[in-house]
Amino acid sequence: MNSTAPLLQMKGIQKSFGHVRVLRDIDLEINYGEIVALIGDNGAGKSTLIKIITGVYTPTAGDIYFKGERITPRDVRASRALGIECVYQERALAEQQELWRNVFAGHERTTFLGFLDLKAQREETERLMRSRMGLTSEAITVDSEVGGLSGGERQGVAIARALYFDADLIILDEPTMGLSITETERVLTFTRSIRDQGKSAIFIDHNIFHVYDVADRFIILDRGRIAERFQRSEVTREKLVETMVALHDAGVVS
Amino acid sequence: MATTTAKHPVPQPARGRPFFHTYRFQISIITLLVVLYAVFIVRAPGTYLSFGIYRSFMISIPFFGLMAMAATFIITLGEIDLSFPSIAGFSGWVFASSYISTDSFILALILCLGTGAVLGLINGLLVTKIGIPSIVATIGTMFLWRGLVNVVSQGHGIPISKITADPLHSLFVGEVFGKIPAQFLWFVGGSIVMGIIYKRHRFGSHVLFMGDNAASARMMGIHVDRVKILCFVIMGVSAALSVVFILNQLTFFWASTGDGYLLTTLAAVFIGGTSVFGGKGTMIGTFVGVLIIASLEPGIIAIGLTGFWTQFIYGLLITLSVAIYALMLRRQD
Repeated sequence: MNSTAPLLQMKGIQKSFGHVRVLRDIDLEINYGEIVALIGDNGAGKSTLIKIITGVYTPTAGDIYFKGERITPRDVRASRALGIECVYQERALAEQQELWRNVFAGHERTTFLGFLDLKAQREETERLMRSRMGLTSEAITVDSEVGGLSGGERQGVAIARALYFDADLIILDEPTMGLSITETERVLTFTRSIRDQGKSAIFIDHNIFHVYDVADRFIILDRGRIAERFQRSEVTREKLVETMVALHDAGVVS
Repeated sequence: MATTTAKHPVPQPARGRPFFHTYRFQISIITLLVVLYAVFIVRAPGTYLSFGIYRSFMISIPFFGLMAMAATFIITLGEIDLSFPSIAGFSGWVFASSYISTDSFILALILCLGTGAVLGLINGLLVTKIGIPSIVATIGTMFLWRGLVNVVSQGHGIPISKITADPLHSLFVGEVFGKIPAQFLWFVGGSIVMGIIYKRHRFGSHVLFMGDNAASARMMGIHVDRVKILCFVIMGVSAALSVVFILNQLTFFWASTGDGYLLTTLAAVFIGGTSVFGGKGTMIGTFVGVLIIASLEPGIIAIGLTGFWTQFIYGLLITLSVAIYALMLRRQD
């Protein structure tokens, strides 16, 4: 492993579905401990790019390096084993199951013959709840069903779970969609906690104001290419919006 | 379980009484059982206060009880199996014909359970690898295995009365402590094992999670196909074990053996509170559901109604209980 290499590096990524070229010449780096916002119109290629990173799709051409080593993610499970985790809003949690069952889904702590170490799972969940998830309400216990949690609380559970299981790169796919202002604030706080722990995140959101609050860098995709890259220090929120609008208008005209 | 709760005493006014809420399905169905028995005992004390009727329950309940416990896994996944009576039928033919031709109980038993496992595996592969919805796939195999029984047996029964002399016979349907039919202990033991696996084992956890949110289960790295196939295999083996009890009790194989258990078995699971949408269920519920379904018919006769009432009261109880469960789930949202 090369310690000076970025966490994730993508070189010359292309992706076509039949004759349709969805991604062209994507060069992208994610460093340790940074939050990178990926923004762009619908159809810009954001979700395709994410699915290549998480191993759902294989790129048509190009190389991917993770922690300095070239990887060929074959599937989602292999990517997760490497430390790449995607948190989808709707698909992350099982609503009718207890909090502890959700936290340990697929990573069960067992005693013997595969029987659950219930005590350890509940205690660890309790600890995570109080420390990382910010679930301090007395009404929520480790035995509460996830369906009773708010949207923001669920995002918190999903993010805390990913961090707990040592994900190095967490992909947040529209994590604030449909959330109230306070709930959104909660999710943004969780997102910052990823950076505080030296881990990295790719943050995808339509709302530039949310993105601007939380990201260190911005990458704007437009019709399958990277159109712009900004450091947070070199761009204002207004400039970011202007860039997006200009790209959108150019797309409409052409 | 109690330790953590005790360490962090949680005042609960906001979300209601936690004990009742957590166990609301179990409490409902046990209440139903108690009410039913109260009615039976009051109306027919002669029958329901004597041991005889309970002994006959203990003989016949295991014939479908284990299948109901196994079906709980499949229904929790959000899947269904309609073929297990036919699996019982074909496994039963394998048991009876191999016992007759080899005189070996143990060989017949192994072949029978193996057949159940293979037929369950075929269901699992059809559903996961070929991608046929389970209700369609198991309608196909339901006819397939029953049809195969008819072809190989030519519709003839197989008498196996000499099996009563086999020492292993009493292991399955003998009497323990002079009074308790052995198959009932098998049923109770099997139910406890499956109940523990359901809520306290990694496998059961995966079943619950998959039934609740299959996409998430896949993302969490759960081997969803493997878990699903295993559930169908457990169903097949349970059907095969059940038919071993049936054949040892009746000492005769009919080409129709196993038929007639489909709807009572599934009714027991649904009365027990397992959700047809998946992700939610209890083994205690299914266990009590089995007791209720098995008690209804004799109870209806004993309290002086004619047998014509049986189906009506089955229907009434099933419809009412699933309606109540649906309302409970909705109020929770």
